[in-house]
Amino acid sequence: MSLLTRRALLVGGVVTAGAAVGAAARAVGRKYGLIPPDANGLYGAGATMTYAAHRLFGRHALAREFPRAMISEKPFANELAPFSEAFLRHQAAGFVDWRLEVQGLVDRPLSLSLPQLRAMEQRSQITEVMCEEGWSYIAEWSGTPLAAVLTAAGARPTARYVVYFSADPYWTDSIDIDEAKHPQTLLALGMNGGDLPVPFGGPLRLRVPRQRGYKSVKFINRIVVTDTLTGIGPDRWGYSWYAGA
Amino acid sequence: MPPTTPPRRAPRHAAFVRVTHWLTTIAIFALLLSGFEVVLSHPRFYWGETGNVNMAPAFTLPVPSSRAMVPTGYSFVLPDQNGWSLYLHFQAAWLLLFTGLVYVWRGFAKRHFQRDLVPDAGHRRWPALRAELAAHLRLATAARGDPLSYNTVQRLSYLLLVFALVPLIIWTGLAMAPAFTAVFPRSVDLLGGRQSARTLHFLATIALALLTLIHVGMIALAGFRARTKAMITGTAETTS
Repeated sequence: MSLLTRRALLVGGVVTAGAAVGAAARAVGRKYGLIPPDANGLYGAGATMTYAAHRLFGRHALAREFPRAMISEKPFANELAPFSEAFLRHQAAGFVDWRLEVQGLVDRPLSLSLPQLRAMEQRSQITEVMCEEGWSYIAEWSGTPLAAVLTAAGARPTARYVVYFSADPYWTDSIDIDEAKHPQTLLALGMNGGDLPVPFGGPLRLRVPRQRGYKSVKFINRIVVTDTLTGIGPDRWGYSWYAGA
Repeated sequence: MPPTTPPRRAPRHAAFVRVTHWLTTIAIFALLLSGFEVVLSHPRFYWGETGNVNMAPAFTLPVPSSRAMVPTGYSFVLPDQNGWSLYLHFQAAWLLLFTGLVYVWRGFAKRHFQRDLVPDAGHRRWPALRAELAAHLRLATAARGDPLSYNTVQRLSYLLLVFALVPLIIWTGLAMAPAFTAVFPRSVDLLGGRQSARTLHFLATIALALLTLIHVGMIALAGFRARTKAMITGTAETTS
């Protein structure tokens, strides 16, 4: 009897302490933005620890950049879904009418042409694409830092995420505002010194070199600055929202 | 005729050893399952920084793939399961990391490594070790050892696992994570590049899987029920 009582007390104590620690962790996590949008569910604990570790220890870290000699001679574009009629028309016209719409929590919504993007601040970087499947390649990416576009549009201080849309609606995705403002997060217009080839995401691809390849969405035509991800885009087709691991 | 001592149960495994053993079992099972599933999406391995289907692999596994773009000898493509597999892999990796840290911390604090795993002075010499290895390979009864302590081959295997193989697997795993290598670029450069890290992660995993199979095999030889019961209850039956 005394053993049972002791055990019940111990279990009760552990559960109560666990709940208190859990509630405190959630409050701290919310305050410092340590909780990813997919924190609920079966794998929420692991996803939260990975994202929190990045937020606490690696928020400002720079992805490795490589010497020119390490650029892959044989990059791999991966499988592409069949293009829509609209995309094929853009391609046939040399993407002269391609626009990047910038919307949401911004003071000045923008609709930028490719030449307008090229006229903004430009950056080149030699970084690696690391696919979640395991393969990789290195290329030189050039284009406009997403941060420059967010500044031009006047992103508001309440912004927490940037949602980005592709000509292929399947690939709608999002990153947190710090990742969006990170100097290496690039709206890439060029690859290895030329225009960005269509199989690699041309005319416009987002490069997020500190995360797995699937976050570097191809054929970008719209970005939305927001403070919530509720109701935007698909359910991420079962893949982790944060892909730094 | 001397009276026979009735069997009694003597202390065998400390509570922290038992709890961390079973948490590690869960973590490693989840890691092997999800890891193998992820490998199916690209069952090719490279050396160096980069590698993809346009480049020559160091070796290829003779398995089908879950990606149509990967050349295999098979005419079919498996369904994509990488979403839950990667979620599970990283969740189990956190479990393994925290369990491992608690185990190593308690192991030193309670002198578990010094007392139970570092071979006794008399067993550290090569002839003694060679005789014991030979007994293991013959599957001799003597190799099953005393139910209340570990034999030398066992001790060395566990030390190798805890202080070399699992740390190598964790290191090579982290060296594949782009956010981790952004903070610690040398973690991947020292291994020879991202693809080298992935290949070493795979090879170390094969070694871990083999050690696990041998471990379960030896447990089965020594008496699966008795040894498993000892790792659950903490006590083992003895007549001494």
